[in-house]
This record gives sequence, structure tokens and C-alpha cells, in this order.
Amino acid sequence: MGLIDRRMGIFLAGLFVLTVAIPYGNMAMEGQPVPSYVVSLLGKYLCYALLAVALDLVWGYCGILSLGHGAFFALGGYAMGMHLMREIGDRGVYANPELPDFMVFLNYDALPWYWYGFDMFWFACAMVLLVPGTLAFVFGWFAFRSRVTGVYLSIITQAMTYALMLAFFRNEMGFGGNNGLTDFKDVLGFDLQSDVTRAWLFGLSAFALACGLLLAKAITQSKLGQVLIAVRDAESRTRFLGYRVEEYKLFVFVVSAMMAGVAGALYVPQVGIINPGEFSPANSIEIVIWVALGGRGTLVGAALGAIIVATFQTVLTGWIPEIWLFALGALFVFVTIFLPKGVLGLIEGRQRGQATSRKRSADREDGLDLDVRPESMRGGGRP
Amino acid sequence: MSIQLALDGVSRSFDGFKAINELSITVDKGELRAVIGPNGAGKTTMMDIITGKTRPDEGSVLWNQSVDLTELDEAGTARLGIGRKFQKPTVFETQSVEDNIALALANERTVWATLFHRRSATEAARIGEILELVRLDGERAAQAGDLSHGQKQWLEIGMLLAQDPELLLVDEPAAGMTDAETMRTAELLREIAGQHTVVVVEHDMEFVRALDCRVTVLHQGHVLAEGSLDHVSANPEVVEVYLGR
Ligand SMILES: Nc1ncnc2c1ncn2[C@@H]1O[C@H](COP(=O)(O)OP(=O)(O)O)[C@@H](O)[C@H]1O
Ligand SMILES: [Mg+2]
Repeated sequence: MGLIDRRMGIFLAGLFVLTVAIPYGNMAMEGQPVPSYVVSLLGKYLCYALLAVALDLVWGYCGILSLGHGAFFALGGYAMGMHLMREIGDRGVYANPELPDFMVFLNYDALPWYWYGFDMFWFACAMVLLVPGTLAFVFGWFAFRSRVTGVYLSIITQAMTYALMLAFFRNEMGFGGNNGLTDFKDVLGFDLQSDVTRAWLFGLSAFALACGLLLAKAITQSKLGQVLIAVRDAESRTRFLGYRVEEYKLFVFVVSAMMAGVAGALYVPQVGIINPGEFSPANSIEIVIWVALGGRGTLVGAALGAIIVATFQTVLTGWIPEIWLFALGALFVFVTIFLPKGVLGLIEGRQRGQATSRKRSADREDGLDLDVRPESMRGGGRP
Repeated sequence: MSIQLALDGVSRSFDGFKAINELSITVDKGELRAVIGPNGAGKTTMMDIITGKTRPDEGSVLWNQSVDLTELDEAGTARLGIGRKFQKPTVFETQSVEDNIALALANERTVWATLFHRRSATEAARIGEILELVRLDGERAAQAGDLSHGQKQWLEIGMLLAQDPELLLVDEPAAGMTDAETMRTAELLREIAGQHTVVVVEHDMEFVRALDCRVTVLHQGHVLAEGSLDHVSANPEVVEVYLGR
């Protein structure tokens, strides 16, 4: 099987059509059928979709149910936000050429050392990958080596993003406290408010999503991908075959975190702000819902799930904002019970018509398996 | 003949209960050995200790009279050449029978090697050979989860062979097999022995008789008797704790 199977082909074709049609409708058509804000809104959805693919890579294929992936997304976002802050230069309210507004306001007299380099775009881009990647590496190194799995792993990933949220809320951290980073003016000299820049960011998000999907597909289709699935289905068996499970988990966790970082970096210029709320545990849980809804372990389904839920959220919060969280909860319960293979499973199941009993039993194996018995708790083994 | 595996004075307790108690066993290279004993005798725990899953509280486990196995983890002992079949057949249920064997094939196990791995013609041929040997060539493309219990046992044995280990630890392979399958398993294990060292844990006496090899009787984590099946069967203590139940 090539990288582009039917499912992937249809999705990428649709994505390509959107990438052409949306900016066209925004900039080239009479009467502007696509308003500018919609371009950025859809661009934001695509970033979410990339984030969902990142989570599906670790959860769907390796059984690592991360409830902290929002943290990697937010860190990528902050790295990009820091660059955009520096690019404001002396056009801020306080017109300080060196310090962002919030630093002047908080009486900083010099730029903190960890802001050095972010005035350079390439450096910020490197940090978009390196910061989430390094955090994932250090976190994964300890967690996977000590064989923390299942619920316990989920809980510590959640604690990780929560701790980061609290830290980023503090003014002394030097990331703008609870206001975060905002009031960006332009990126690489291009005005962030202009339609052309919005179209470019939208197109870049689509491109990043396509690359993310193909990379994830390449990984999951390789023999390494089979090892990941083996770890998901029978971790202990995989060890006894001589695979160092922790190395595989670490690899895929780091790749996934970097992918999430890229999603965050593309998200920030399109929404115009990054604040500690992005680290909130609820955000990370929502990512899991996207993946579950779209179809865990399908990549394309995860991307679809993110787009569907985000669209639903936009519509619903514009209409009756109070019920959004309840609707999301209800959706999750509904999907868990009635659509174990997600929306994608539903669509593809319909297309194939009568499923054979063999296929059905396979579906059950693949379902939304939150089974999380930690091996270490099964007694007596190695500490 | 040189010694493949030597456990010496190994003990391990769980919450104060001595599952393994001063256990000493020596297995020669190429030997076929059956380990029998009542439920809870510590047979599986012994395998856990040999493969690095469980660390003993005391005692040594020596591999080829040189490597201390208690220092290694599961992947470490596997890479050294110890293959293990679980008591409950454990295969990769959502993957094809063929891929299950491919995952077990002796190969480099690093992340990079697997990421860029391409199946060679030699490998494909070897997979075919093994599938034929364990009589699953007709099920090549089937999902492992769809196999019958006995077929899963066979698949796991196939995976074990694919690993090409020096020592095979086989935990109750005949469970869930028909009589014919059981006899065929015994025959297969006898064939493998010689080139490989094989330690089999089994309850089924017919099966042990068919293995026709030296037998170690385990009881309460300790060796009760050792010798030919007839020899140990004649031991009154053995009869009392195990055979005469
Ligand atoms: N990880 C463990 N934690 C606690 N008790 C254990 C553990 N492993 C084995 N035991 C206990 O050790 C004893 C020996 O078990 P086992 O080795 O499975 O016996 P066998 O395979 O001979 O039937 C049993 O009483 C079992 O409950
Ligand atoms: Mg046992």
C-alpha cells in the first residue's frame, strides 16, 4: 500500500480544493462570498486537525492516551508568538524598540535571556520544534522508562499541562501572564490583517496538515508502525520479542509533540493571540474527543473529527453559547457508545455495505479502547 | 556438554509468600527439558525470572556460564537469545498472521532500523517456511485475533521460531489444543531441541510423555525431583503432591 490510499486521497483532494477555493472566494470573486474572518477561522480548524493527527499518532497507534497534548501545541504557539512580539518592535503602545509592551508595563529593564534569538524568524521556527520536542523527550524518557502506562500516564500528562498553565499565568515567567502574547502586527513584514497574508497562512496550514498526515502515514505504515501497534495491543509480548518498547514510545511521542508544536505555531498568527488558557487541561481532553469522534487510529478521521467538532462549536457558540460544553460531553458519550470507529468508520462502513462478521469482530478489537491496566500494577515485576 | 542456563539458589517472594524458594536448576545446551508441577508451583515465575521480567530477591541466573540474566530486562534477554511463549497465548490480534511472524523475525530492533526496514526476499521466504511449519500458511493474511485458540498457540510458537533463539521457554503450549495438535506440538519441540535448548512447562502428562525427556518437578518454588518421567513418577513425594491428586 502506498502512502495515499483511498481515504487519504479523498481527504487530500478535498483539502487542496479548499486551499484554492477559499482564498479565491475571499479575494478574487465579486461580492466576496468568503469573508476574511472565515479564512482565518478555517485556517484555525486546519491547525486543530494537525493537532488531532499528532494525538492520533500516539494514541491511535501506540496506545499512549496523552491528556496533555495541548501543552505541546501551546508551546509551539508561544514560540511563534514570541517572534511576533519581537517583530512589533517600536510600534507598541510604549514604543520600546527592545521590550514588548507587557514587559515595559511590568517594569522589566532588559529582555529576559530566554527571549534572545526570537527576533530571528528561523530561530523561532527551530524553537517551535525544539521546545515541544525537548519537553516530550524529557517527560517521555522518565515516564516510559519507569513503565508508567494507561490511566497513570494519562494523569501525569494532564498534570504536566496543568503545571505549565499555572506557570504561564505568572507574570514573573516573562510570557505576558494571563494576557499572554497578543497585538501582533505582522510576520516577515507582511501585515497579519491583510487578506493576502491570511490566505498564505491558511494555505500553509493546509500544507502542514497534508505533510503531517503523510508523515504520520509513512511512520504507521513502516515496520516501526507495526511495532507501535504491537505495543498498543500487547506491550509485554513486544518486549519479549526484544523490542525496547520505551524507545519506540519515546520516538513517536517526540514526533507527535513536534507536530503539535507546528500546529500551535500556525494557529497563533491566525487567531492573533496565545495565552495560558491554551494549556488548560480541558483543551487537551477536547483533542481526545476530536480523535475519538473522527475515528481513532485512522489519521484522516482524526483530522475530520477536529474539523467537525470545531465547526459545530463555532455554530453552536454563536447560537446558544451556554450549551456548548454539555453538547461536547453528550457528543463524546454518544460516540463512545454508538460509534466506536468514529465518523470515518460510519462513512466507510456504509460505503462497503454489509460488513462481514470477521470485519465486525476486528472493529471491536479496534474500538475506543480506554483499557488502561498498568503493567506495573499487575504485580511484582520490575519496579 | 556445556551449560546453557544455571539457576542457583534463586528465591523470590511476593508479599511474604515465597513463590520461588532456593531454586536451583541447570539446563544443558541443546537439551529438551520438561518442567511439571501443580498450579502455583512457581513455573511461570521461574520463566519471569529467567527472562528478566521479575528480579529474584536472592540467587544467580547464569547464561552460558557468563552473563548474569538478573541484570537484564525482557528486551535484553530476548536479544541475548531467549524466546518465550506465554501461558496465555499472546499474539498481535489486530495484525495479520504474516505480520506477526515478521515482527518476531530475528532482525535489528532499533527504532531507526525498523523505521527504514524493507522486507527482503530472504525474510519473505523464511516467513513462508515458518508458516508452513506451524501449519498456518493458509491463514497468512487473516487477522491473528480471528484465529482459534489452538491456532494462536501455533502462531506464537511460530513467532518463537522466527526469533531463532538459543533457548526457548515454552509455557503450557498444549492448552486449548486437540489431541492431534498436542502430539504434533510435542513432535515439533523434539525436532527443535538439539539445535536449540528448550524448556517446556506442561500439565498434560500425555504430552510430557511424548516429549520423552528429562523432567523437573517443581513444588512450592523448589525442585522436588528430577529425572526421567518414570523415575519421578515413582517418587512417593511427587505422587503425593502432584500425580496422585
Ligand atoms: N507478580 C506476582 N505478584 C504476586 N504473586 C505472584 C506473582 N507472580 C506469581 N505470584 C504467585 O506466585 C505463585 C506461583 O505462581 P506461578 O509461577 O504462576 O505458578 P505456576 O505457573 O507454576 O502455576 C502463585 O501463588 C502466584 O499467585
Ligand atoms: Mg503458570
